[in-house]
Amino acid sequence: MSSVHDWAAPNPVTTNRSGLIGKPVDRYEGPLKVTGTAPYAYEVQPPSPPAYGVMVGATIAAGRIADVDIAAAEASPGVLAVWTHRNVPSQPPRGAKAHPRSTAGSSPALENDRVSYFGQPVAFVVADTLENAVAASMLVNLTYEADAPDVDFAASLDAAGQPPGEQDVEIGNFEDGFAASGVKLDETWTTPIQNHCQMEPCASIAWWEGDVCVAHTSIQMVKPAQHGLAETLGIDRDAVHLMTRYIGGGFGGKGQTYDDLTLAALAARALKQPVKVAFTRQQMMHGTIHRPATVQRVRLGADKDGRLNAFSLMTWTHCHRSGSFTEHASNFARALYAAPNRLTGHRLVRLDLPHAGPMRAPGEASGTLSLECAMDELAEQLGLDPVDLRIRNEPPVDPENGRPFSQRQLVRCLREGAQLFGWERRTAKPGQVRDGRWLVGMGMAAAIRGNFLLPAKCSFSVDAEGVITVRQGMTDIGTGTYTVLAQIAAETLGVPLGKVVVEIGDSELPPAPGSGGQFGAATAGSAALAAGMNLRKALAELATGDPRSPLYGDDPELVTFQDGVIAIENKSETLAALVARAAPEGLTVEGDSRPAADMREWSTQTYGGHFCEVGVDPVTGEVRVRRMLGVFAAGRILNAKTAKSQLTGGMIWGIASALHEGNAVDPRHGSLLAQDLAQYLVTVQADVGELDAIMLDEVDDKANPMGIKGVGELGNSGAGAAVANAIYNACGVRVRDYPITPDKLLAGLIAKGL
Amino acid sequence: MRTTITVNGEARSLDLDPRTTLLDALREHLKLTGPKKGCDHGQCGACTVLVNGVRINACLSLAVMHDGDEVTSIEGLGAADRLHPMQQAFLKHDAFQCGYCTPGQICSAVAVLSEIEADVPSHAGDVAERARLTAEELRERMSGNICRCSAYPQIIDAILDAAGATS
Repeated sequence: MSSVHDWAAPNPVTTNRSGLIGKPVDRYEGPLKVTGTAPYAYEVQPPSPPAYGVMVGATIAAGRIADVDIAAAEASPGVLAVWTHRNVPSQPPRGAKAHPRSTAGSSPALENDRVSYFGQPVAFVVADTLENAVAASMLVNLTYEADAPDVDFAASLDAAGQPPGEQDVEIGNFEDGFAASGVKLDETWTTPIQNHCQMEPCASIAWWEGDVCVAHTSIQMVKPAQHGLAETLGIDRDAVHLMTRYIGGGFGGKGQTYDDLTLAALAARALKQPVKVAFTRQQMMHGTIHRPATVQRVRLGADKDGRLNAFSLMTWTHCHRSGSFTEHASNFARALYAAPNRLTGHRLVRLDLPHAGPMRAPGEASGTLSLECAMDELAEQLGLDPVDLRIRNEPPVDPENGRPFSQRQLVRCLREGAQLFGWERRTAKPGQVRDGRWLVGMGMAAAIRGNFLLPAKCSFSVDAEGVITVRQGMTDIGTGTYTVLAQIAAETLGVPLGKVVVEIGDSELPPAPGSGGQFGAATAGSAALAAGMNLRKALAELATGDPRSPLYGDDPELVTFQDGVIAIENKSETLAALVARAAPEGLTVEGDSRPAADMREWSTQTYGGHFCEVGVDPVTGEVRVRRMLGVFAAGRILNAKTAKSQLTGGMIWGIASALHEGNAVDPRHGSLLAQDLAQYLVTVQADVGELDAIMLDEVDDKANPMGIKGVGELGNSGAGAAVANAIYNACGVRVRDYPITPDKLLAGLIAKGL
Repeated sequence: MRTTITVNGEARSLDLDPRTTLLDALREHLKLTGPKKGCDHGQCGACTVLVNGVRINACLSLAVMHDGDEVTSIEGLGAADRLHPMQQAFLKHDAFQCGYCTPGQICSAVAVLSEIEADVPSHAGDVAERARLTAEELRERMSGNICRCSAYPQIIDAILDAAGATS
């Protein structure tokens, strides 16, 4: 069995001889992106002109389609097909798997006459042009029998139960511990539904080459998309060639396929023509997953020195009627602070709302918005600095399972962040600092996010020109995968970056789990390192076994790789010369990596500290983020530039959660009120002031062979709480109902007489 | 309808459905897919192109309205082997992640520098004074271009760099 101790041996990434690891190199695919020539799914040019598909969404949240009238749509100019559940090509039942090892089952589109959420795709129109398809889609006439939808989350809390297979986690005796505590806090926070709003709406294009369906789609995980489409089409998995080379943002919302892919493939088969289908921005809101709303009750009991004696975070949340997705907003807290008596858990209620699902930092993003503000409130009660309160509750080992931390630099993140930010200038008493019309305040919060490693494969090839090609069924959703794979390859084989080609986002390449949960770089990278090591071995054996090589007859273990040269002491030749002579067709090897059997003996997380300064206008309730700094510890950093972009991006998502984002349910229709980017507010350029992220030196040798960890979600964790705490420090008003919009803040400001 | 538009310096004659937006004419008819469709409602800025030197949301404009106009899309600014200084600056400062809003951001940024040069006032400045090239001005003027990956600070750094100002 494998062990984390196997990872302690030096390897090219950890040795980093040429210094490429960690270097802030430009994005590999950057020139394509800045010139607009990276083809996203809808832009891939098919072998013959495509037809255009448009989906029609249900206008009720629950009920059935009682009647269908598609005559006018079918008679509309240019129309090639109009489908509803009555005439869509037959598909295997939902969840069916013809192949037992498929990573996803059948997901039929236009499945039946049932409607289970507002906006559910219920009809599909294909026409020769987009304009004709849109026009015809408006002529589809569906008659519904609507049921009264159950969509009121706030009124459903009593109906919420344990999520499937889960139970509360209690350590010690929370109630007794809380009752016995000298200083107590018991408050409830609410967070709203959030929509991913990736800039690229979900889209697919498909065509058939004989019995093979070729599909380009915008997806974070390749294999489940390929398998699920094959199962839905009722064909062999190898008969689906699925590609996703450029992805316009994912954030968890493209972790699964939607009906655009299924319908494009079905229509391309029926019409014998390429078909492309995109969600409209409006359709994205209901038709894809969202982060569900939460209610979070935090109870903290401490002694007068600020040591937590009792701690509880309980989360209520919702999911789709048929689902079980749970926003695990309490989980992160289990590893964060020491306290002998602890209680965490979740309650889930199923509603007639669209599907809930993961969105950037699922759990942490919502949960830190309560707990990290509760810690701020407790610090004030105790008369302690919020940084100090957290340091006082720093656990020596994981407080729930007693495992040692593989690396934990939370305290260092907080101390260095405080120093760099000028935290000592903060006035503990709120509402004391003025700058013109602005009340100015500072807030901070801790960040934590788990770290994961999944099994993955990768192949490395070398050709007669010494070019290394990395191939992996991995994705890059803007995370930097292309770039870090190129860096790992270049460093492992000792070639310049310009001699590396990266091919990802293709179901025919060695499989990797894809992008999500901030496991991407560690998982894909570890497999790449393994493949690179295998290629080194193959090349060393090739050289030392080739009588025409200067390295002939030497020990292959002694071969070094640097600057495109393969050498043993003063004997050398170029990689290109060796391959051109000894393996002119090139060499290809595979490698794979998997979690070590003993990884779970350590508690492995990523950490950070956020510091924020805001201005609050006491007259209008407007909040401006003036400055923000995050200090993070997340293992070895592969690329200082792309990693920092992920972290600052996550921090800005925190600003959005604190101040802007949220969707509301229309109780009459079970729809979401904000259905476009004018109504659904995301943070824009003018909302962001001076903002920076710093990454501490760290190597986590229990995480993977490279000692790296993920950063894609860490920056989001805790960031919103730092903003909320800064608002309180600025003006003395606590708003525990996110987002903290001017209307909510004004009520408190007026009550305070400001 | 027969429509002739000069796109990236080349006259292109198209027979278009009058309902076709400028964005769809570029993307679906001319295969210029640099301008992106992020919302199709003028709310995100991903489709930003320059028309006669002025930035517009190509999704909010019908193509047949542009007969005789000069349109510059991201493809017209530069190519991978000869990047426009703004494209180079975006690459250097990592002013994008997923890249989907990027062509619109870059077209917008190029136009913003022209607007400041021409002293077009903005909400951020004092209308009585000359428009200045500051981070605050750029944040205001670039707020019509959403970047959900939130590369906002890097975008400002890139524009200041491309403009020859220090960030």
